Amino acid sequence: MPQQNMIQALNAAQDILLERDPNVVIFGEDTGYFGGVFRATDGLQAKHGLQRVFDSPITEAGIIAMAIGMGANGLRPIAEIQFSDYIFPGFDQIISELSRLRYRSAGQYTAPVTVRSPWGGGIRGGQTHSMSPEAFFTHIPGIKVVVPSTPHDAKGLLISAVEDDDPVIFFEPKRLYNGPFDGDHEAAAKSWAQHSGGDVPDGHYTVPLGKAKVVRAGKDASIITYGTMVHVALAAVAKSGIDAEIIDLRTLAPVDLDTITWSVEKTGKCVIVHEAPKTSGFGAELSAAIQENCFYHLEAPITRVTGWDTPYPHAHEWEYFPSQARIINALQHVMKV
Amino acid sequence: MERNAKMAQNNLHVPSNVARPGDAPDFSSVPLEPAGAAARPKIDVAARETHDLSYGLIRVLDDDGKAVGPWDPKLSAETLRTALRHMVQTRIYDNRMLRMHRQGKMSFYMTSNGEEAIAIGQGMALRDEDTLFPSYRQQGLLFVRGRSMVDMASHCMSNARDNLMGRQLPVHYTWREGNLFSISGNLCTQFPQAVGWAMACAYKGEEAIAASWIGEGSSAEGDFHVAMTLASVYRAPVILNLVNNQWAISTFQGIAGGNETTFAAKGIGYGIPGLRVDGNDVLAMHAATTWAAERARKGFGATFIEALTYRGGAHSTSDDPARYRPKEDWGSWPLGDPIERLKTHLIVIGEWSDERHAQMEGEITDQVLNDLKEAEGYGTLNAAPRPDPVTLFDDVLKDMPPNLKRQREEFGA
Ligand SMILES: Cc1ncc(C[n+]2csc(CCOP(=O)(O)OP(=O)(O)O)c2C)c(N)n1
Repeated sequence: MPQQNMIQALNAAQDILLERDPNVVIFGEDTGYFGGVFRATDGLQAKHGLQRVFDSPITEAGIIAMAIGMGANGLRPIAEIQFSDYIFPGFDQIISELSRLRYRSAGQYTAPVTVRSPWGGGIRGGQTHSMSPEAFFTHIPGIKVVVPSTPHDAKGLLISAVEDDDPVIFFEPKRLYNGPFDGDHEAAAKSWAQHSGGDVPDGHYTVPLGKAKVVRAGKDASIITYGTMVHVALAAVAKSGIDAEIIDLRTLAPVDLDTITWSVEKTGKCVIVHEAPKTSGFGAELSAAIQENCFYHLEAPITRVTGWDTPYPHAHEWEYFPSQARIINALQHVMKV
Repeated sequence: MERNAKMAQNNLHVPSNVARPGDAPDFSSVPLEPAGAAARPKIDVAARETHDLSYGLIRVLDDDGKAVGPWDPKLSAETLRTALRHMVQTRIYDNRMLRMHRQGKMSFYMTSNGEEAIAIGQGMALRDEDTLFPSYRQQGLLFVRGRSMVDMASHCMSNARDNLMGRQLPVHYTWREGNLFSISGNLCTQFPQAVGWAMACAYKGEEAIAASWIGEGSSAEGDFHVAMTLASVYRAPVILNLVNNQWAISTFQGIAGGNETTFAAKGIGYGIPGLRVDGNDVLAMHAATTWAAERARKGFGATFIEALTYRGGAHSTSDDPARYRPKEDWGSWPLGDPIERLKTHLIVIGEWSDERHAQMEGEITDQVLNDLKEAEGYGTLNAAPRPDPVTLFDDVLKDMPPNLKRQREEFGA
């Protein structure tokens, strides 16, 4: 099977979508001639034309609003927000408009918009290139939220997202663009070529929205996570000697509660891992849902390993980024109880 | 779906009139005017009277290096030499910092190559008590205000002496002592904040004003409109500056709206005088800013200044401009190099020479190397000493909330 990194997989997905549907258009800051600051749309303007893949002015509100207008009028826009830290000028258009258009118009108007945005930390980007703002969006009815963790899933999920008739916020863990990252920032960078997640089939395929994936089967405890932390958790479990199951959520909204409860009921112990700050992070929702659904199977308190409740620091990135060691601690903690 | 696009004819207009790699540089669409041509109105001029100023170009230095016309600020030779020194120092500092980035001593860097006359000329026309709200590309302001290079480089290397405790990306300086507000990485947010600051100056009856800078790309953000509206409504004592350096990363100024009008002319629609100024002419930048500052201090309100220039370097150390613009672009920029232009002027008026210039460059280079070496003694991004990690929990709120205290304990403090 062809090996691709996550950028190539996202690029291929968009190429296929442009090819198959003349209503697909792509725009964002630097997405046109240059092909995006992370190269996710590289070559697509040259191939599909200036009118289908173009540069937008620097206005995130405008990018989302333009996508809503175009999407409501029959097009299928893929809007790139250059970094998810910069999505907030477009927040109102997402929260008050995009998410509610179907509901408030009783289905007369809808906008099948996909918002792609590089997300998460680990690239020394400081407070404006590192955030994980997913919880702001999972809190809002009317939008779907996706976070892939491999090139294979990124391609299949992006195709599903764009073909979906509802708005999807598609967060891309930028630290995973060029290779899997297990949290050890001193180790040599790994490439997707040596990882099964880098096997990306040619052509059109989908990975369904709303379906989690068991990335490691285990019986002692369940780790529920997504994005970059999937890989950090895998490395942590390998070192811990604890036979933990790891669930990669892939879609946060709507979340695959069936897979979560199936796993937690089996293991009785649960560790939730994400990069975003703890307070009101998506882990809080997961924890509440697990408690509601699995209470009588739980043998230990649900434990969260997250970023601290601070803005994302620059020099102290590795003191902030949830480490393998913190995940191992949490596993040992739930096992001891 | 009946609303689907019929692909037979696609009439969507997307601007693309710019030279790309492989093309010859082409600035024929940039409107230029001869030096000295622009009139200098009274400071209480009405916005609608600034049509010619916002579509023309205020220039003082002509092609022969002479200062001409009503905007000549008539600065002393001593002041001009100070401006030249600041500009040269900014250029040398920037380019040394680039090298230090390549050596892994900092995570990121952005130069202001080619744009030095803007921060220096404008900074020198303001008073120390005026508060500055720059973007990440006006480091010259810090040199004008006398910030130590050891401190500047220490911030960029996130070392133990970094006054921002390693919390912020390099070049996103904050310097309260020098009245330089905290630079944000989120574009254009500072523009309306500067208006708010200026409104507080007015409220307190002070003579101090505020000045802010954004790039032309950033003017597409809603905050631009917000700033202009607020400045106009409250007649805020503020100078709002737009640095039109032709590029916003890879997108050219036409994508920000520059094809259909000048940026300066946007001021008029908000009721704010718009001045389009040669941004590579330090005298013109100084003169326009002096005018705008006096206007603000006397209660006539805001001025909107477009500084026409060219981004000489890459957008940042993460960028490679060879992928999206002709290599020789900067060298073909019709308004030249701001340092060369001031140097020529000083020589023409008999106040400078190539020898003195070379000597000054040598002195500044020594000083820069010295200071950067000293700064390295306080650590670099990857070499101790660094700011104490436990400080990452400080300053979220004035008093640390209980959740954070628990997390700090968990962290091992
Ligand atoms: C709100 C926001 N959106 C996007 C970005 C990413 N970004 C950083 S600099 C930049 C280009 C800015 O261009 P311009 O305003 O012309 O200033 P210049 O860099 O040319 O000085 C972009 C898109 C950002 N920092 N903030």
